[in-house]
Amino acid sequence: MPKLTIDGNEVEVEAGLTVLQACEQIGIEIPRFCFHERLSIAGNCRMCLVEMERAPKPVASCAMPVADGMVIHTDSEAVRKMRKGVMEFLLINHPLDCPICDQGGECDLQDQAMGYGMDRGRYLENKRAVKDKYMGPLVRTIMTRCIHCTRCVRFITDVAGVPELGATGRGEHMEITTYVEKALSSELSGNIIDLCPVGALTSAPYAFNARPWELQKTESVDVMDAVGCNIRVDARGTEVMRVLPRLNEDVNEEWLGDKSRFSIDGLKRQRLDRPYVRRDGRLTPSTWAEALQAVKAGLAERSGVAAIVGDQAEAESVFALKGLMDALGSPHRDCRQDGAQVGHGSRAGYLFNSTIAGIETADALLLVGTNPRVEAPVLNARIRKRALRGRFPVAAVAPAANRTYRCEELGADTGTLKAIAEGHHPFAQVLRDAARPMLIIGNGALARPDGAVLLGLARRIAEGTGMLVDGWNGFNVLHTAASRVGALDLGFLPGEGGRDTAGILDGAASGEIGTVFLLAADEIDMGRLGGAFVVYQGHHGDAGAARADVILPGAAYTEKDGTYVNTEGRVQLARRAIFPPGEAREDWRILRALSEYLGHKLPYNDLDGLRAAMVAAVPHLGRVDAVAHADWGGFGADGEPDGAPLADAIENYYMTDPISRASVTMAQCTEAFLGAAEGKTGTDG
Amino acid sequence: MLKDQDRIFTNIYGLHDAFLEGARARGDWDNTKDLVAKGRETIIDQVKASGLRGRGGAGFGTGMKWSFMPKDSSGRPHYLVINADEGEPGTCKDREILRHEPHKLIEGALLASVGIGAHAAYCYVRGEFYHEAMALQRAVDECYAAGLIGPDACGTGYAFDFYVHRGAGAYICGEESALIESLEGRKGQPRLKPPFPANVGLYGCPTTVNNVESIAVVPAILRRGGAWFAGLGRPNNTGVKLFNISGHVNNPCTVEEEMSIPLKELIEKHAGGVTGGWDNLLAIIPGGSSVPALPKSICDTVLMDFDSLKDVRSGLGTAAIIVMDKSTDIVRAITRLSAFYKHESCGQCTPCREGTGWLYRVMERMSEGRATIEEIDLLEEVTRQIEGHTICALGDAAAWPIQGLIRHFRPAIEEKIAARQKSAERAA
Repeated sequence: MPKLTIDGNEVEVEAGLTVLQACEQIGIEIPRFCFHERLSIAGNCRMCLVEMERAPKPVASCAMPVADGMVIHTDSEAVRKMRKGVMEFLLINHPLDCPICDQGGECDLQDQAMGYGMDRGRYLENKRAVKDKYMGPLVRTIMTRCIHCTRCVRFITDVAGVPELGATGRGEHMEITTYVEKALSSELSGNIIDLCPVGALTSAPYAFNARPWELQKTESVDVMDAVGCNIRVDARGTEVMRVLPRLNEDVNEEWLGDKSRFSIDGLKRQRLDRPYVRRDGRLTPSTWAEALQAVKAGLAERSGVAAIVGDQAEAESVFALKGLMDALGSPHRDCRQDGAQVGHGSRAGYLFNSTIAGIETADALLLVGTNPRVEAPVLNARIRKRALRGRFPVAAVAPAANRTYRCEELGADTGTLKAIAEGHHPFAQVLRDAARPMLIIGNGALARPDGAVLLGLARRIAEGTGMLVDGWNGFNVLHTAASRVGALDLGFLPGEGGRDTAGILDGAASGEIGTVFLLAADEIDMGRLGGAFVVYQGHHGDAGAARADVILPGAAYTEKDGTYVNTEGRVQLARRAIFPPGEAREDWRILRALSEYLGHKLPYNDLDGLRAAMVAAVPHLGRVDAVAHADWGGFGADGEPDGAPLADAIENYYMTDPISRASVTMAQCTEAFLGAAEGKTGTDG
Repeated sequence: MLKDQDRIFTNIYGLHDAFLEGARARGDWDNTKDLVAKGRETIIDQVKASGLRGRGGAGFGTGMKWSFMPKDSSGRPHYLVINADEGEPGTCKDREILRHEPHKLIEGALLASVGIGAHAAYCYVRGEFYHEAMALQRAVDECYAAGLIGPDACGTGYAFDFYVHRGAGAYICGEESALIESLEGRKGQPRLKPPFPANVGLYGCPTTVNNVESIAVVPAILRRGGAWFAGLGRPNNTGVKLFNISGHVNNPCTVEEEMSIPLKELIEKHAGGVTGGWDNLLAIIPGGSSVPALPKSICDTVLMDFDSLKDVRSGLGTAAIIVMDKSTDIVRAITRLSAFYKHESCGQCTPCREGTGWLYRVMERMSEGRATIEEIDLLEEVTRQIEGHTICALGDAAAWPIQGLIRHFRPAIEEKIAARQKSAERAA
């Protein structure tokens, strides 16, 4: 380990660190703009210059690797002068429009100008003005403010993997641009807003909405996919103003997908803010008492009750609903509204066993029926990160897609999967040759009638190519629903003689199932519910509410405390940032109240009691932020695939759930990225 | 004065056949096989012994630079990159080599490549040098046809390829790491150092970047021995050098001379003297636009070499001498250089991107007198804020001419400001 002297302190740091990182380790702050821990080093802002003895010139500490015997000065007169100089240069062409800039209050340039800059300007010439660029409906640009740190370029090129951003021109005419007027086609584009140290790239939907010091910040988790990205929900009063990623090395590092970040305007639209009861074919507003009474009456009139859990339900309400169904004596329940054939058999059979961070240690990857880029963009960035290091063969048995890394497209034929499982496909050899091979199977393969067979083939591949070696489990299921693993852990699956989602729908159509309870489940074919009595408990007026006979208004993920288990099996807590609108209530409370009306009172009166009961039933749900180990065992089915080619699980990344479907921003994205605008004429809309 | 037998570039004026037959007649490619056979160590030792310092401007020891190349290549190929992106204002020496002595360059490239263990050389020719690139390409084709280079260069069994690559005319691509970036097909912006090209250069492989002139003198050094070259000029400033003399002289020219020749002698002997006589001299920029100008008092005695010019706070640079007589508006002249650096800054790093524009705008006002006396000090401070704080040397190059102006010709600026103030007062 090299030893160096920084400001008179002798320190020993890891080899390979930069001087800037070494300074940070002993608590010396070095100002910087272009440097970012997770991006390649550019060294262009020159703010981090320090003096190094025996060097002819000051060195950029962000780019200088530590070496034995270095003597660094970070607080000399000369260094202070350099910083002042660089700061002055950055400001001479900066518009200084902080009062109307959305970055105000959380701007690196502002902060560092206060800390290291001069108290007046000496530049008397005209300032430069730069034309704003179009980067799509999410990122707003005010390019005159740009300080050319190139963080955004490096992120989009290196991390997001869509080389659509760069610099044109030179000298003071250098401009960051998309080259052509084109929206950034990355599902991670919102991150450049966080990365931009100034107000050049800001959030378009959030423009002029709030100042950072007005916001109440709540640490929570995201439910737009099954990754469980850690987020911070910034709210003002009763409104969620924005969502930002929170650092978690094991899950999302510090990135966040665009849907998770920008669909929050959907939380304010189409909301169910009071109970409704269908009278004479029309949904009419009612009181809670009327609504719960209506549920009781509806249940009493019919035989056969079934329950389906939606994609964003937290474990607590799933547990409460399961308790209620058990009390009602019904085995007809399912948490897989998409019909994914997972959950039976070993727990390892429905988890992302390698863990997301584990991707970085893998050395071969097979994707089966999944396109992580749209199903879990942050996880896809992790695969790309691994792929950039090289020696990482990736192949996909899935519809071809631009995955942002090199991938051998083996086609969407399930026969290929069978060939790999039987070991006579060339990629089977690649997997066998790897020390830590991995496989990711997604909903494109699981959510179809022969999903269990394909799952079984995947298990055979895992077992046959050495994916289960000491301390390594290369078998992974990538879910798309945030609620899925939690609900599977709780056993929200058909009980003895029970029906699954398809069975429930068939039963409803034929009249065998009299009542269907939908816990925020909107992705099923409502037309197949026939004449069943439908109770919809959820937060948005989406497909389920339209079909419902009674609507019980629940809370969205920002409005309740809840436990979510991500696709890895990681237990995480979401926290309430704002209250549900109007008369809407937290979901477990509704179920608790309903149970009392139905005469099957659930045995807890508060969230702590519920959680205690839940943890007693499934102990690992109490171990927050941990991934419980899952033992390997049997799962999946034997048999022949039905021959239909694999399809994409998600067609439109921007609209997958009631919240994003209600979001105007997501609608704009759909139009911008999925070509909905094409063919439009001037008289449209 | 340089003796004729010590002259290396005997066809620098293009009076003779520039191509293979003519070059052979002048001694090029004469028994190159033996020179190649001397091997890596001997070649580096001879070049080190010659005291050859890089002719591109920085004056780094060429033999020393070659010795930085890793000895065991760890499987990565080594590359020689020849910098023919001659864009320094006032400089026109490499183009003469490219069009009139291309074989010296190619032969030198082969020998240098043996010295650094490279099997391929890339010559990055400035975009504007169309005919030069064509001449060089023709010479390369001749060499391939004659078996002088190729899989079995000169019958030595040493494989050597020579590629001519044309740039697009950006000054910054003359900076070695920007040149490498450009050669790789990216935007020509200098790289951070370390790592240095000798470790991570072209395509991430060990690379040596040398100026055209540095490479073209190598065959002569190896034929005649390092000691011969070292015997010319002064210690640490050895050998012969191509000087470009332009501006207010009677006979602007490119001439090969011994290092350390007095500046005055060089101008009087080869350029026919300053227009209107030596006493009509105002200032000389001795090494291309990037170095500070010198007033006549210094020009009287200064020697044209690295150390002597460094002692008077200027530099030899590319040895392109720009002579300005007393008819010159020196403030205007330096303003023009400022405009050049503003235009050619790549925009990557802050001090240069923002600073060059600032310097130019203040200079523009000063050249018309639209400034205050205090602003001269501000201007000088801004140059200090740029100098040494940038990724590459373009920031320094933009700062130095203005520093030279303020150091030696401050009264000229003050006069302009005073004159404008006076005329403003009169108008009022």
